[in-house]
Amino acid sequence: MDAKHRGAAVDIRDVTKTYGTFTALDKVSLQIEAGQFMTFLGPSGSGKTTTLNVIAGFTDLTAGEILIGERSVGNLPAHKRNVGVVFQHYALFPHMTVAGNVEYPLKLRKLPKADRARRVAAALAMVHLTDFAHRYPAELSGGQQQRVALARAMVFDPPLLLMDEPLGALDKKLREWLQLEIKRIHRELGTTFVYVTHDQEEALALSDRIAVFNKGRIEQVGSGRDLYERPETLFVGRFIGESTVLTGAHETRGDETAIKVGDQWVGIPGRPAGAGPQALLLRPERITLARPGTGAVAGTNRLPARVTEAIYLGSGVKYEVTLADGTRGIARMTLADDHFALGDPVEVAWQKHEARLLADDGSSLAAQSGEDK
Amino acid sequence: MPKLLRQPAWLVLPAILLLVVALGYPLLQVVIRSFTDPEPGLGNYTWFFSRPVNMTVFWRTFEVAGWVTVLCLVLGYPYAWLMTAVGPNMRLLLILCVLVPFWVSGVVRTLAWVILLQDSGVINKVIMALGFEKVRLIRTQTGVIIGMTQVLLPFMIMPLYAVMRGIDLRLVQAARSLGARPVLAFLQVYLPLSLPGVFGGAVIVFILGLGFYITPALLGGPRATMLSTLAQQQVLQQLNWGKGGAMGVILLASTLVLLAIAARFTRRRYQISGGSK
Repeated sequence: MDAKHRGAAVDIRDVTKTYGTFTALDKVSLQIEAGQFMTFLGPSGSGKTTTLNVIAGFTDLTAGEILIGERSVGNLPAHKRNVGVVFQHYALFPHMTVAGNVEYPLKLRKLPKADRARRVAAALAMVHLTDFAHRYPAELSGGQQQRVALARAMVFDPPLLLMDEPLGALDKKLREWLQLEIKRIHRELGTTFVYVTHDQEEALALSDRIAVFNKGRIEQVGSGRDLYERPETLFVGRFIGESTVLTGAHETRGDETAIKVGDQWVGIPGRPAGAGPQALLLRPERITLARPGTGAVAGTNRLPARVTEAIYLGSGVKYEVTLADGTRGIARMTLADDHFALGDPVEVAWQKHEARLLADDGSSLAAQSGEDK
Repeated sequence: MPKLLRQPAWLVLPAILLLVVALGYPLLQVVIRSFTDPEPGLGNYTWFFSRPVNMTVFWRTFEVAGWVTVLCLVLGYPYAWLMTAVGPNMRLLLILCVLVPFWVSGVVRTLAWVILLQDSGVINKVIMALGFEKVRLIRTQTGVIIGMTQVLLPFMIMPLYAVMRGIDLRLVQAARSLGARPVLAFLQVYLPLSLPGVFGGAVIVFILGLGFYITPALLGGPRATMLSTLAQQQVLQQLNWGKGGAMGVILLASTLVLLAIAARFTRRRYQISGGSK
């Protein structure tokens, strides 16, 4: 059997969920292809978990429609949806053994005993927990419990597997290892995965496509690379990866837009998509730091700044600089590049076409960071 | 001794003294008298077990306590569940509804039942207004069970609530996502996890029910006498301290046996739930 055909496509159409006057989801639409690894990424309260709960059937939707495969599931109770769910806090049944937990969905489906035993063994082997079959959940570590939860959610071959921050409660090393495990299992099963996280690194590591949620809406859907290199909103640009954001008055000059940063104008090809304030977003790799007054190149912008932090990363050095108007900038340089010390005056330089011009939606770094300071 | 004084253990000394003086000593006297009054030997016990009336009352006591436990469970389980399911304000109201009757003395509440259950009481008036025959409730076993259930209900609800509050409702969600109908998710996941509360509440209500005095005395008649009433009659009306004492000892012994069985049961549940190795 071709693994790639076992997943179900999911079609979310104009789904709205309100709690009293609060709108948790505002006309969310999203297509997930069969067999795809889709991640819902966003800060807490952005609607990503609500969307997952609506797909699972734990939450009623106020308006809109959801199709799993070809079937509309809007009015279908959770137990008839045949969707596997992995919860952040494992949700293993404490009064059943590991094998009992994994066997539970098969018992509900009234599979013959031999069949159940075979499937439980296969599922436990897949998560490397064969030797733990007769333990109780309380006797396992967090990582082991989450693997049991994963085995239980996939043992009945659901065409869709939902995971709600499954690695959120685990430490970093374990998380990275389990990410690889989840990726492998996704490849082997061919099931459609929907994965909720607020950790952008995790999203980039796992996903075919990422939907970025903010305030009950989807800001952008795309591959990790799309979102990093071609963010369509300032929120996405700031949420995915690191960035320097320059804001100020703007005016159109021929084919170029100019933005006033402090008392200097910088240019970028193209015109703003709409009216309203504009912002300029720069990725750290696109920025070069230079000694003031050296090596000016045509087609580059240069702004004076001062080095406020230098972090050695092994593969390179990350510099934090403060521009004349107080804006924080981040630049990443290779070890072969020139080196700077704290307090050094520098010039932040970038090729005009390597910045992105985006509407300034007022999103701030502190508000959108998943792990708030 | 100085080492002991440095520990806060001596703070419980007054309580221990009180228990020894006010409970331990009289209890000891009761046990001694049951074997010595009026003459040394097992006379009081052979008297108790040889008189059919006593045995009828003995079994009736267990029967009534059993019914009260079952009724408290049936009424208390959904109520305790509701307490975990509602918002904080509603929960406060529900807790108050349990506790406020608790603050009213049991005698007063039982007398209220006398008014409600009597032949010309509210309940019978309603029944007759609906065109049915008058039902005899006061001075019957049914009346005793109704009254005791109401008085003992909080002792069932509180342990149930304490356990249910700790049950992760996502487990029920998980069961639903795995394909369990709501009824099955309840029976296979929620109910087993709530069993420690069921056992805890049932043991408390049953044991309190065995020794209940005021409610059976006021609501029950001679045909609904329970062991505690019988013991009281022996001691206070006939001044048979020995026979009354023997009844007390028999009641205490059966309670301890039940407690031991219940303790075994709950310990087994704990192992099944895999709390620790």
